[in-house]
Amino acid sequence: MSDALDVLDQVGKWKSAGKGVAVATVITTWGSSPRPVGSQLGVDESGAMVGSVSGGCIEGAVVKEALAAIADGKPRLLDFGVTDEQAWDVGLACGGKVQVFVEKVN
Amino acid sequence: MKTETVAALRDARTRRQAVVLATRLSDAAETLVYPERVEGILGGDAALLAAARRAMAIGRSETVEVGGQKIFLNVYVPPARLIIVGAVHIAQSLAPMASLMDFDVTVIDPRRAFATDSRFPGVKVMQDWADEAFEQIGLDASTAVVTLTHDPKLDDPALESALKSDVFYVGALGSRKTHAKRKERLAEAGIGDAQFARIHGPVGLNIGAKSPAEIAISILAQIVEVRARRLEALAGPKVVAA
Repeated sequence: MSDALDVLDQVGKWKSAGKGVAVATVITTWGSSPRPVGSQLGVDESGAMVGSVSGGCIEGAVVKEALAAIADGKPRLLDFGVTDEQAWDVGLACGGKVQVFVEKVN
Repeated sequence: MKTETVAALRDARTRRQAVVLATRLSDAAETLVYPERVEGILGGDAALLAAARRAMAIGRSETVEVGGQKIFLNVYVPPARLIIVGAVHIAQSLAPMASLMDFDVTVIDPRRAFATDSRFPGVKVMQDWADEAFEQIGLDASTAVVTLTHDPKLDDPALESALKSDVFYVGALGSRKTHAKRKERLAEAGIGDAQFARIHGPVGLNIGAKSPAEIAISILAQIVEVRARRLEALAGPKVVAA
């Protein structure tokens, strides 16, 4: 139900409230993946989330990187997929691959 | 992403304007590409602008490589609109279901007893004649129109206006018999066969829908199908990344 613009609404509210915020965006997909390119997840400094970049499979790992991006200000490019050991840990069960870009909102 | 970029994207949605956000992945540098103007440091790159405009036209976000740099093009298009003519029982199911699907929903009915906010919580309701309301709203290619009143004096002017616009979907409730009579009436009003054929009637996919909620699902399913096929046709074959 949350499209990318609803995510940005919440991100805007968090920023107005003076919170540290990061945005994660699905930028490439291969094979079957639960959310299309352009899907976004907003994360605030406390780890609160809005939107999604998967069906819930990789959000935990993405939030961790988002918090790191809020802390150091550097963008990150994350790969998740069946060829990646981490994917098994975080469980991208659909067998697809996704690339997620994480950046701090300045 | 800059806070100003977040504000610009939200503003574009309010104005129902499409925009592409181009982000250079190496350093998160950003450029906003609008149909008429460009804002940002990547704006001087003709190849990038061409790619951004293509992405906007087909409504598909993608990562491209321009001059050895990886750039992500995120396409933000205004939400599709659904205009429901007739604040009737089916509309009470159709409006909230369409809202769930991120449609921007408007219900139009000049009859005051029907078009009340309490019957349509959270939905824009207009107590107007449809053709007059359409002029205010401005029909466009990301709009779908469905008529549900069964009453020719309410439905017909709405259908006439919708058929003269480039809305992506027109649907009209009514049996085959009703639809045939409608065709005769609209022909007298100057709507030719080809134009009339744009109307989906009887409305909705044939899933044996009976209740208002079931009929609402069949209508929404048909709208989803029509929109998806149109975007597929615009985009051509999907390029699969290696």
